[in-house]
Amino acid sequence: MHEMGIANSLLEAVRTEMGLHPGTYPCKVGVRIGEMAAIDQDALRFCFEAMILDTDLESLELGIEVCPRQHRCLLCGRDFIFRDYDSRCPQCASLETSCISGDELELAYLEVEEYGASTAGAKSTQ
Amino acid sequence: MERVPLERKVLSENDRIAAELRARFQEHGVLCLNLISSPGSGKTSLLERTLQSLPRQDRVAVLTGDIQTENDANRLKRFNFPVKQITTGGTCHLDARMIERHLADWRLEDLDVLFIENVGNLVCPASYDLGEAAKIVVLSVTEGEDKPLKYPSIFFKSDLLVLNKIDLLPYVPFDINAAADNARKVNPGMEIVRVSCLTTDGLHDWMKWLEQRRTTHKSVMQETAG
Repeated sequence: MHEMGIANSLLEAVRTEMGLHPGTYPCKVGVRIGEMAAIDQDALRFCFEAMILDTDLESLELGIEVCPRQHRCLLCGRDFIFRDYDSRCPQCASLETSCISGDELELAYLEVEEYGASTAGAKSTQ
Repeated sequence: MERVPLERKVLSENDRIAAELRARFQEHGVLCLNLISSPGSGKTSLLERTLQSLPRQDRVAVLTGDIQTENDANRLKRFNFPVKQITTGGTCHLDARMIERHLADWRLEDLDVLFIENVGNLVCPASYDLGEAAKIVVLSVTEGEDKPLKYPSIFFKSDLLVLNKIDLLPYVPFDINAAADNARKVNPGMEIVRVSCLTTDGLHDWMKWLEQRRTTHKSVMQETAG
């Protein structure tokens, strides 16, 4: 259950970033999670929501993009999604492949809105 | 509404400290190995057997993590190598800052190998880089041969699988070849050794792996220095 620590790091990053955008409030933070990153999405959402409750970030939405494990063939250079534990290149059938992505745990974006532009969802701190 | 791209790691603070640790290990030629497993798979027993068979003049040290108690450090201190317990107080994994803090009064120039025994947990330690040169996962034959498929992250990120407690194979329905196949499904390049820390069977293979890793590490260091 390390998702609480992950959610905390996420919110720290949001607060740091918000310092660079005066006059706005954050609406949504997007993260990319690789399927090999050992992060449980539901647990992360649960922790995230528990941590923003009754804070100035209460209306912040969490967007999760799950990234599949991708391999690159070392012979023909083809990139492919690693499925069903089959690391064979779909193009040339080589087993000489290396993993190029799938363990991401990255902040992708932050959506911010100017105060006054829309009141929906904004818990104003003005 | 404006979308601001961030493009950085969520655990950037942990990763920053881990990168600093890695650079320090590199500078002083320390091979750092991070041992991960479920509770009770035999990480401490493997380290006991390892320290027992290493020459006392070897420059080896251990950081051992648990939620509570100094029990593991007390077990490992008997072999007269530097050992320090990290008690996390509830946290289910070690992070880079804990390693940095507990290394503060050790001189890295006096070490060749640093073992880190992580908190017993097959999930969370996989997310935290500790600056190690390699992760090693320990799986015991009382657990289940499908563990690599159920908990793929840690098997994916480890260089070596130590299958422990092979002395119990006659008594448990554990298909050791299936376990090895499952580990290689998740991580085709994974090296595997089969050991019993009780009878010492197979420990020679583990010590050989360790020796090879130390030699490779040393030659890479020399190349980098040259």
